[in-house]
Amino acid sequence: MAKKRVVTTTINGDTHDFLCKPQQTLLEALRDVLGLTGTKEGCSNGNCGACTVQMDGRPVDSCLVLAVEVEGAELKTIEGVACGNHLDEVQGAFLEGAALQCGICTPGFIMQTESLLEENPTPSEEEIRFYLSGNLCRCTGYDKIVKAVQDAAEQRQTANA
Amino acid sequence: MRDFEYEAPTTLSTAIELLAQQDGSAKPLAGGTDLIDHVRTGRLEPDLLIDVKKINELNVLELNGDGLRLGAAVPCYKIYGTPEISQQYAALTDSCRIIGGIQIQSRASVGGNLCNSGPAADSIPSLIVLGGVCVIAGPNGTREVAAEDFCTAPGKNVLEAGELLVEIKFPARAANSGSHYRRFIPRNEMDIAVVSVGASVELDENQQNFGSARIALGAVAATPLFAQAASDALAGQPVNAESIANAAAAAKEIATPITDMRGTAEYRTHLIGVLIERVINAAVSQARGEAICYKPGH
Repeated sequence: MAKKRVVTTTINGDTHDFLCKPQQTLLEALRDVLGLTGTKEGCSNGNCGACTVQMDGRPVDSCLVLAVEVEGAELKTIEGVACGNHLDEVQGAFLEGAALQCGICTPGFIMQTESLLEENPTPSEEEIRFYLSGNLCRCTGYDKIVKAVQDAAEQRQTANA
Repeated sequence: MRDFEYEAPTTLSTAIELLAQQDGSAKPLAGGTDLIDHVRTGRLEPDLLIDVKKINELNVLELNGDGLRLGAAVPCYKIYGTPEISQQYAALTDSCRIIGGIQIQSRASVGGNLCNSGPAADSIPSLIVLGGVCVIAGPNGTREVAAEDFCTAPGKNVLEAGELLVEIKFPARAANSGSHYRRFIPRNEMDIAVVSVGASVELDENQQNFGSARIALGAVAATPLFAQAASDALAGQPVNAESIANAAAAAKEIATPITDMRGTAEYRTHLIGVLIERVINAAVSQARGEAICYKPGH
């Protein structure tokens, strides 16, 4: 039996030490060890993107990362997106645009959108659809999600103007 | 998931030692996008995962006058994030942009894609046409294998027990050369190739004739194939529909596609011709510095 390891990582700006076994994924550690249940489990094989988090500034499927691999890494999860009770533009646009129904995929879509807008603040519809192709939604048919991403991008552009 | 040990050595020699000690029950872990899923589903049953991402030799990404060195653990996004590589080794970055979605590209490495040795692996035709040479380290030293000789069967390759792919190196690109890779899928993204084609061409000085060419095919045989006769058929020929059709006919000769849910053998054979025409024309456009009518995923 592999022993548990201590992993030290930064999550949403705070340093965390946690114990995990090599066989635990980052998704499992976030949810079951650290209680950060905003990150959702969908397919657990890297197809659906529900478990998307940022690791050292890059979006990753946390189901395909071992928890022991995040030693020394900087993570951002859906819990780190809002500032207190103040939703950020992406969260606000998804809410206002009803870009969700059951909501399981939403944290992953929001994390992926955050990465998209950091990389490309003014994406075209095609660029949005391509960047979000690793996130699946079985409810909305995607149009409202794409519209919400466009709205969030526009709001950020206006705010930064 | 299965209970296994995890090590993250910082030197190549330690990694080789660990691999050799375990007698086949250790697996190298780079991006993990295939490996972790295979362990979770029980398709692989390793006792030890050796994280190779802390080893300098596997993180090399170096472009200079001698060519390109690509460490086996370098993730896709770093490769296409380097504009000079996109420009000079376009087929390689065409591949990296369509392997999985963006999240997968944050982690998945070309070295891992090669070592998984899937017949439809998106990076392998590009490695073949760009003249990639695989540098393999093992208990008995280092050896080199041409990319087209690396895969031996679906999921199988030339790596012996205890050996590790360290890097893939590519020769410098000639003047008047261009390359391209694309696949046919019924969606726009996030799918496995029905058929894929990579090509690299070198044109003569007036850019009207092929000097030489390399064509490779994916998903039409047990391994990705270097289409030697099709490549040779273009050498010295004018750039026109006839020469490209001749190359396509030669490429179809070596394909042994299967019929499955993605397409019939006849359909796949037909697609080889369609894709070769598009891919060669795109590689020619790239060599001439013209705009290419291609969007990743389309």
